[in-house]
Amino acid sequence: MTLTIEARGLTKRFGKKTALDGLSLEVESGQVVAVLGPNGAGKTTFVRSVSTLIRPEEGELKVCGYDVRREAESVRRVIGLAGQYAAVDQALSGRENLVLVARLFGQSAKQAKANAEAVLELFGLVEAADRLVRTYSGGMRRKLDLGASLVSQPRLLILDEPTTGLDPRSRLDLWDAIEALVERGTDVLLTTQYLDEADRLARNIVIIDQGRTVASGTPAELKRRIGGKILEVHVRDRAHIPLVAQALTREGVAAPEIDEATRRISVGADDGAAQWLIDGLTAVRDSGAVLADIAVREPSLDEVFLALTGQKTSSAESVGTATLETA
Amino acid sequence: MTTLTPTIRTGRAGIVTGTGLLAKRTTVTFLRRPELVVLSLVQMSAIMLTFRFIFGGAIGTAHGLPYVDFSVPGFITAGVLFQTLGTAIGIAEDMEQGFIDRLRSMPFSTAAMLTGRVVADTGILAIVLAVTTAVGFAVGFRLQASVLGGLEAFGLCLVFGLAFSWLFIAVGLLAGNVKAAQGVSMIVFIVTFASSAYVPTQTMPGWLRAFAENQPVTAMANAVRSLTLGSHSQAFLGHGPGYFVIRSLFWAGGILVAFSVISVAKFRRAAG
Ligand SMILES: Nc1ncnc2c1ncn2[C@@H]1O[C@H](COP(=O)(O)OP(=O)(O)OP(=O)(O)O)[C@@H](O)[C@H]1O
Ligand SMILES: [Mg+2]
Repeated sequence: MTLTIEARGLTKRFGKKTALDGLSLEVESGQVVAVLGPNGAGKTTFVRSVSTLIRPEEGELKVCGYDVRREAESVRRVIGLAGQYAAVDQALSGRENLVLVARLFGQSAKQAKANAEAVLELFGLVEAADRLVRTYSGGMRRKLDLGASLVSQPRLLILDEPTTGLDPRSRLDLWDAIEALVERGTDVLLTTQYLDEADRLARNIVIIDQGRTVASGTPAELKRRIGGKILEVHVRDRAHIPLVAQALTREGVAAPEIDEATRRISVGADDGAAQWLIDGLTAVRDSGAVLADIAVREPSLDEVFLALTGQKTSSAESVGTATLETA
Repeated sequence: MTTLTPTIRTGRAGIVTGTGLLAKRTTVTFLRRPELVVLSLVQMSAIMLTFRFIFGGAIGTAHGLPYVDFSVPGFITAGVLFQTLGTAIGIAEDMEQGFIDRLRSMPFSTAAMLTGRVVADTGILAIVLAVTTAVGFAVGFRLQASVLGGLEAFGLCLVFGLAFSWLFIAVGLLAGNVKAAQGVSMIVFIVTFASSAYVPTQTMPGWLRAFAENQPVTAMANAVRSLTLGSHSQAFLGHGPGYFVIRSLFWAGGILVAFSVISVAKFRRAAG
């Protein structure tokens, strides 16, 4: 099977800063792959390398079999890029934006018009089509941007954080749109900071941090490696933290994580631990601590990193709440 | 649901089509931003009115020429710079908003992105200059030479505009964001003030005069001036129209070649 993306030992430096540090990954065709990582992990740098916008200093990078350095022109013919910031012209209407891009791809005026119309329908933008983009909401702008990368029928669609900054409703909308594309057989490379997004859209997830691949696999594989859910207890009084921590300590399992600032104690509670969970909760009750909240939740991106690498993410604070849906 | 027509994925617009499409886009974008249109039209006229009616009296006449006849050609020349400065801001905006990234990720002629903008901005410049010229006549400016000379001067301004468009494209690409590109407007102020555009260089202190007499805006302003003032200008400019026109064309040619090479190289090179 041909590889859509083949990266080996990619290195890109910006001055002293190493944005990509020997990154390697492979994407087979017919797949959606999500590159998952915290702020500054190197996602955009990778995407820009794949899109021929920057040239990595070292390593090899092939897109649909073409070398990004020697055959950049061929790469550009097969990709469609929707960058991290919606690159649509605010002073043009939605339709004008799409027609412009289509025509720049060499389509006749008639073809371009028809394709723009098809994209507008696909993304539910028909009604807003003739309004200037500056009147669009963030979600609409994103959709239009995504549409603009589609009018050329790319083999590989590249999306850099397509839903960052969108409200939950627009996020779901955009996910549906991306899924519709995938069904039509477009390969997709997307980056995200959110586990649930990667889980929902991608058949394969590559987790990167500080320019390196940390882990990769199907969502199910990764989840198996992470373990199950997290039991989190939130106490009212900081003085009660040790009580709860002790009640939740158990032989042969990592000690509970304590977050003093938010007065939360969390501990891994994998699927086989139902009985222990009950015991643990009983012990918490008997400890006499006053509880604010108690929850069994999905692990955050942070905790996934911790589980997979034994290290915190390079920007642990900024990605606290991402969760992974269990299969 | 309509489907996208297949078999089109390998296309690309040629340089002529591409230039046309992007020129149209730049023009439409400009016209749909009333604040930019108004700024362009009002900016030079306002400066001209200020000089004419506030400083004009104080500055008086030079070599038997009314100040208005001396200064209007200078304002128009300076106006070329102020107008083409917008090119830098437009390019920086396109970079900031990812439009240039999108184009660069497409199988698209690098040069067309830039030529499209140059064509559009030169067209816009022609209109703005026409308005500025009209205001010049309204405040009392009169051609002292032939109408042909006046038309030549106007054409010459467009050539300067073409050259400066390339300069400001390079500035926009190098600046990379609107704020930095706007910072350059300060330099434009300095370069136009330290030239013969507004006042004769003879009135400047030695060091400033040395700079002013050897920089492009002076050559250009004097070229426009000598074409519109004819023999009247020879006396105090020291040379006839031919001398300044050739000098200014050398400057324009140099600027055009140097900065189009820089721009295309910068644009083509994978950034960063
Ligand atoms: N043009 C540049 N000049 C200097 N440093 C850069 C440049 N681009 C990226 N970097 C640095 O490289 C590292 C990786 O950046 P990159 O934009 O690829 O991260 P990211 O994963 O996309 O982050 P985010 O989630 O914030 O978009 C960061 O530390 C960033 O500061
Ligand atoms: Mg990024």
